[in-house]
Amino acid sequence: MIKVSNLSVVFGAGTPLEKRALNGVDLTLEAGEFVSVIGSNGAGKSTLLGAIAGDVLATEGRIEIDGRDVTRQPTARRAALVARVFQDPLAGSCGQLTIEENLAIAAARGTRRGLGLAIGKRRTMLHERVEALGLGLESRLTDKMALLSGGQRQALALVMATLAKSSVLLLDEHTAALDPGMAEFVIHLTDRFVRDFRLTTLMVTHSMRQALDTGTRTVMLHEGRIVLDVSGATRSGMGVEDLVTMFRRKRGKAIDDDELLTS
Amino acid sequence: MSAFAFWGAVEIGLVYAFVGLGVYFSFRVLDFPDLTVDGSFPLGAAVAAMMIIAGINPWLATLAGMIAAGAAGVVTAVLNVRFKILNLLASILTMIALFSVVIRVMHGPNVSLLRRPTMLSPFYGHGVPDYLVRPAFLLVLVVIAVILLARLLASDFGLAMRATGANVRMARAQGIRTDWQVYAGMALSNALVGLAGALFAQTNGFADVTTGTGTIVIGLAAVIVGETLIRLRGVVFALIACVVGSVLYHIAIQVALEADVLGLQASDLKLVTAVLVTLALILPRLRRGARA
Ligand SMILES: Nc1ncnc2c1ncn2[C@@H]1O[C@H](COP(=O)(O)OP(=O)(O)O)[C@@H](O)[C@H]1O
Ligand SMILES: [Mg+2]
Repeated sequence: MIKVSNLSVVFGAGTPLEKRALNGVDLTLEAGEFVSVIGSNGAGKSTLLGAIAGDVLATEGRIEIDGRDVTRQPTARRAALVARVFQDPLAGSCGQLTIEENLAIAAARGTRRGLGLAIGKRRTMLHERVEALGLGLESRLTDKMALLSGGQRQALALVMATLAKSSVLLLDEHTAALDPGMAEFVIHLTDRFVRDFRLTTLMVTHSMRQALDTGTRTVMLHEGRIVLDVSGATRSGMGVEDLVTMFRRKRGKAIDDDELLTS
Repeated sequence: MSAFAFWGAVEIGLVYAFVGLGVYFSFRVLDFPDLTVDGSFPLGAAVAAMMIIAGINPWLATLAGMIAAGAAGVVTAVLNVRFKILNLLASILTMIALFSVVIRVMHGPNVSLLRRPTMLSPFYGHGVPDYLVRPAFLLVLVVIAVILLARLLASDFGLAMRATGANVRMARAQGIRTDWQVYAGMALSNALVGLAGALFAQTNGFADVTTGTGTIVIGLAAVIVGETLIRLRGVVFALIACVVGSVLYHIAIQVALEADVLGLQASDLKLVTAVLVTLALILPRLRRGARA
């Protein structure tokens, strides 16, 4: 379970460029929930994921993962609990290392990294997981990661994210950089992995369609606040049109609220 | 070239193979341009030499030289990681400081190890000429080192170190404590260079603070010559390339010095090395530019 309470993040505090990217966000994810996050550019989506992962330090508030307070923990310390796929296909793996070396690094996430051979004991398991992708990459396990296409790398990044246990999977527009065909493939793969491994997931997407079609709940961020949170019957009855209308209305309301506060 | 000169070049090439391996860890594995080695080479030599003079077992003395040099690497790493000093500058600070430290350690700029026991003493005088015993002994050490380092790089720990150098954001997201990986890698890199210094002192019979100057360039030469000649994939071949690169480079230097037509003298060595490394660095770029 993930519990974000009253989370605020301010960048460049005290400078002329001060920016409140998150403004008192409360969000609780039950185990197994798959939440899609939408919102316009600069709404604070990446900042929210970054704060949960540890890359961004919370200015105020508290982040709990499985009952543990991780608010002050650096990224590497909470990595045992957090699996991630980045937007940039190059960011999630090492181009100079081979496919199997990258996978072995991910398989050891959250463990003490000792002097045991990294690949030896995992070879069969890694081969099976890559074969199951159906991309034919199992015959290229000793190729450098840099030789693969963005889509292939992103599919492998998803595999990497699911090799070790995690309490939450964070996906930040992980299909945005891919061509439509590959984006489709990766989103299906995401759906399958989340189901098969019963992952608690937070997925940022730029596509309203994707936000409604995947996952069990949809959250909308606007100017650092959650302005919409739908699940269950309300959500399954919704179309993209409804979401857009609600987005307009909520955004208008958020602006009204701000005006009320400032006037 | 006489057999004596040839094997002399092989010997010095094998000593500097350890510098090549060390530089491979800092420059290639960690992506940390580290000039500390110009100080950790004579530091390893000085510590080993002084301990041998004090009557301590040469193997232990060599180990102590490695530890001292490794500690110098950690100082550079802490300056960079903990105090955010630019990596190159951090290493220059340590390197400069080590010049004074080495002179303190030796109570002067140099010491002689003539007629002192060394790691090689037990192997002399069994019918094999000394000028062959030295490279043979060094080759055994180098082979052992390459096997151990290759095994290290294939471990979970080693992969974590490579990830730290290749993609630090990904490494952290995978739970790798990258700060500690840099400390460990820099310690290992400089310990290897310290070992080279300790071996240099014992094969040449002296330790001298000035032998450190340009160590980094000779190490880079080994790495780059090796990479140019051996293009096989995998870290094992990369490590072997450092060794082969170092030996071939030193043989080439010997040939160049002996060729009267070139009119070179021994003191031109550093200039020749710098020119060679510069060429090796810019040639791939020029080739890429020509294609583009
Ligand atoms: N490291 C940073 N330093 C300063 N401002 C930042 C930083 N990261 C994000 N911001 C700002 O915070 C706001 C939210 O950014 P972000 O979370 O990336 O938005 P989103 O992912 O929803 O598009 C934006 O205005 C952005 O410019
Ligand atoms: Mg974003």
